[in-house]
Amino acid sequence: MARGIKDKVAILGMGCSKFGERWDSGAEELMLESYKECLADAGIDAKQLNAAWFSTAIDEVHVGKSGIPLSTTLRLPNIPVTHVENMCASGTEAFRGACYAVASGAADFALALGVEKLKDTGYGGLPGGRGGPLQALWSANGTAPGNFAQLATAYMTAHGVSGEDLKKAIGHVSWKSHQNGAKNPKAHLQKAVEMDTILNAPMIASPLGLFDCCGVSDGAAAAIVTTPEIAKSMGKHNIVSVKALQLSVSNGSESGHNSWDGSYFHTTRIASKKAYEEAGIKNPRNEVSMFEVHDCFSVTELVTMEDLHISETGKGWKDVLDGFYDADGKIPCQIDGGLKCFGHPIGASGLRMLYEMYLQFQGRAGARQLKDPRIGMTHNLGGAPRENVSSVAIVGRFE
Amino acid sequence: MVGIVAYGAYVPRLRLQRQAVYDANKWFAAGLRGLAKGERSMANWDEDSVTMAVEASRDCLTSHKPEDVRSLYFASTTHPFKDRQNAGVIGTALSIEQNLLASDVGGSLKAGTSALIAGLNASQNGGGPALVAAADKRMARVASTGEMNYGDGAAALLCGTENVIAKLVGHHSVSMDFVDHFRGDETDFDYGWEERWIRDEGYSKIVPPAIKAALAACKLKGADITHFIMPSLMPAVPKQMAKMCGIGEGAVRDLLGANLGDTGAAHALVMLVDALEGAKEGDKIMVVAFGQGVDTLVFEVTAENAKLPKRKGVSGWLARRKEEKNYMKFLAFNEMLPIEKGMRAEFDKKTALSVLWRKRDMIYGLVGGKCKVCGTVQFPRSQVCVNPNCHAIDSQEPYRMAGLEANVMSFTADSLTYSPDPPAYYGMITFPEGGRFMADFTDSDKEQVKVGAKMRMTFRIRDNDTMRGGFKRYFWKAAPV
Repeated sequence: MARGIKDKVAILGMGCSKFGERWDSGAEELMLESYKECLADAGIDAKQLNAAWFSTAIDEVHVGKSGIPLSTTLRLPNIPVTHVENMCASGTEAFRGACYAVASGAADFALALGVEKLKDTGYGGLPGGRGGPLQALWSANGTAPGNFAQLATAYMTAHGVSGEDLKKAIGHVSWKSHQNGAKNPKAHLQKAVEMDTILNAPMIASPLGLFDCCGVSDGAAAAIVTTPEIAKSMGKHNIVSVKALQLSVSNGSESGHNSWDGSYFHTTRIASKKAYEEAGIKNPRNEVSMFEVHDCFSVTELVTMEDLHISETGKGWKDVLDGFYDADGKIPCQIDGGLKCFGHPIGASGLRMLYEMYLQFQGRAGARQLKDPRIGMTHNLGGAPRENVSSVAIVGRFE
Repeated sequence: MVGIVAYGAYVPRLRLQRQAVYDANKWFAAGLRGLAKGERSMANWDEDSVTMAVEASRDCLTSHKPEDVRSLYFASTTHPFKDRQNAGVIGTALSIEQNLLASDVGGSLKAGTSALIAGLNASQNGGGPALVAAADKRMARVASTGEMNYGDGAAALLCGTENVIAKLVGHHSVSMDFVDHFRGDETDFDYGWEERWIRDEGYSKIVPPAIKAALAACKLKGADITHFIMPSLMPAVPKQMAKMCGIGEGAVRDLLGANLGDTGAAHALVMLVDALEGAKEGDKIMVVAFGQGVDTLVFEVTAENAKLPKRKGVSGWLARRKEEKNYMKFLAFNEMLPIEKGMRAEFDKKTALSVLWRKRDMIYGLVGGKCKVCGTVQFPRSQVCVNPNCHAIDSQEPYRMAGLEANVMSFTADSLTYSPDPPAYYGMITFPEGGRFMADFTDSDKEQVKVGAKMRMTFRIRDNDTMRGGFKRYFWKAAPV
């Protein structure tokens, strides 16, 4: 294992736009909304930035390609801007790029900014029809809910969980996120929802109903990173540092080899194990204070908590029903409402997760503030269960 | 001795109830009442004459190797492509390209029999086994008799000189431009003349001399014929023709109108397959097709017929059925309703023809790969083996998967994605031999699709590129066994 970047990078400042159906804003306005907050929070001048990473996932419906849209919108001082895309895990990719730049010494101050403007397509849900000219000829005409619904059918089959039990458990996942989202003024959905409403909602892709799916949101989030030493020299307190950044990408074995049973995320198991190692975490169930995971669908969160080695394989649904991941549970998960309620502007989501961590560690999370959190993990997933990029970050107090 | 060595058929699963058609249209066309009984086959939205012909050909080749086929004739009046060989698509789907003469035959309801004569002649003249496939999916106007009488379906016959199940005794053809109906290239629909004129001036004056000439050439009498096959939209006509030629009334084969409908250019061959399924050694079968002339073929069934390995045939596919009472669905499947498809139906379906060419064995043949190093079967075939414990490079040999059964590993019923028949069923299917992929399902119901369910691969339309005049993208889907 490589030496890693534990405590080599500190988050100097962060910003996040209001998420939601931002009919008032294009990608540019959203980018600026998060950037202004981030820059003010960092307490530096734009001229001090050495490099920037810019993440989007479906840029063909908003900003287009290259680093130019970010550089132009923010009027950056002609610094390197790298445009990154790794599907729904793009936000964490921008952060990873910025952190590696700082850890290597190539940059003292690096910006990571992610944005997605999805509500200019004329219809609900994600724009479809992507993929190359060969994929268009053979891979099933599926949607994201349809792909993740199959995680539910395979999970039930693998662990003998009844449809009723699973529906209740994934219903609880969404119920919990709505409870949390109600306390978040920047969230897309800020309304608590009754369990009955969740369980009786219309089916989108069986067994996933409407409330098992996160919404489609517009939004942007940004971070400026530096070294802990520079942050200290600037007189910063409550410094939040990066403990680990890991990414695992499918190589086709799940989708093409019969060894995978469809009930788990092969990549997440690998990425999280490496991340714990990089961060020096031996017993994550006892050591991690909070999680922000990629709950694009309720069942994704449930299964992910097993693949992050917190719940026992096949038993995650019981932890969920026991309230283990609730705001007042042992390890709160999605305290900001998650993708489900905070929203999922794709290129921004990984940075949005880190934004909540950052606020919590600095004691600035308002009504959602947890008592003394020390270590947090974000998990940002792109793709489908059978073929994906799974990105995890561990951040915490710099001590 | 040349003749038929194998047969196969295909009938789509859905059976449109004629009463439902009548109920919807009786306010306008009360005269259809007499036709409002029984059912007709109705292609799924993803089926056309090519896909049905592929299925019938697979059924036909149950006991024969596709690569032995040397010529392939595809008869239809509804070829999906005017210029792009339809028979060639079928050949590629069957994984036969090399040493193959492929030809489309069309333009008349006797295209099926004309193709069969061509196939028999080719085989007899040393051309090797000839596969003759015929399929039709004819459109008909709302509240027309055609809408009631037509059916969608296909038949396939393998012609050859070894292990002949029905030897060709003789054939005879006349061609004359008697226009009982026509379909110009500016419309999807037939235009027909008065039935009484067709019967009295057409059938009655053209068919009996043709049959008699065929009988004479075969040195047979009408009474020698055991099975008389003659499609017609007028059920009394075949009986009348038989009588005029001394063929016994008991020999006249059922037109399959009650539960199938008239399958156009394919129908004579569909009826022939139906007859062969129960025919005994020594039976003499006469096939007559009428359409701007007459084709007549006479066969004698041999002892080999009883030894032919079991296949679905007409009876097998007819037994696999689902009643459809939703006439609106029939109209929508046939693009006869300007139904609101939503923006998700707007995605561009442009096909990269260069990609299709490079990957034609994968896309049309469902040919995957088998690693020579570790033996893992995989789809698609790739340069680096997918087995995580192997990853050998350039180690794979082509491996045909179209004929393999698969199991459902996971699935969903998706109400969000655009499908002409929502919800869209799709899921991960795994082949016990190895290999898996995320496949669209077709001909599927909630009751049938379960984890572990057995699925059969079937060649279907995946997308239709209407922006470019209707380029059909074909691929394989999984259907419950």
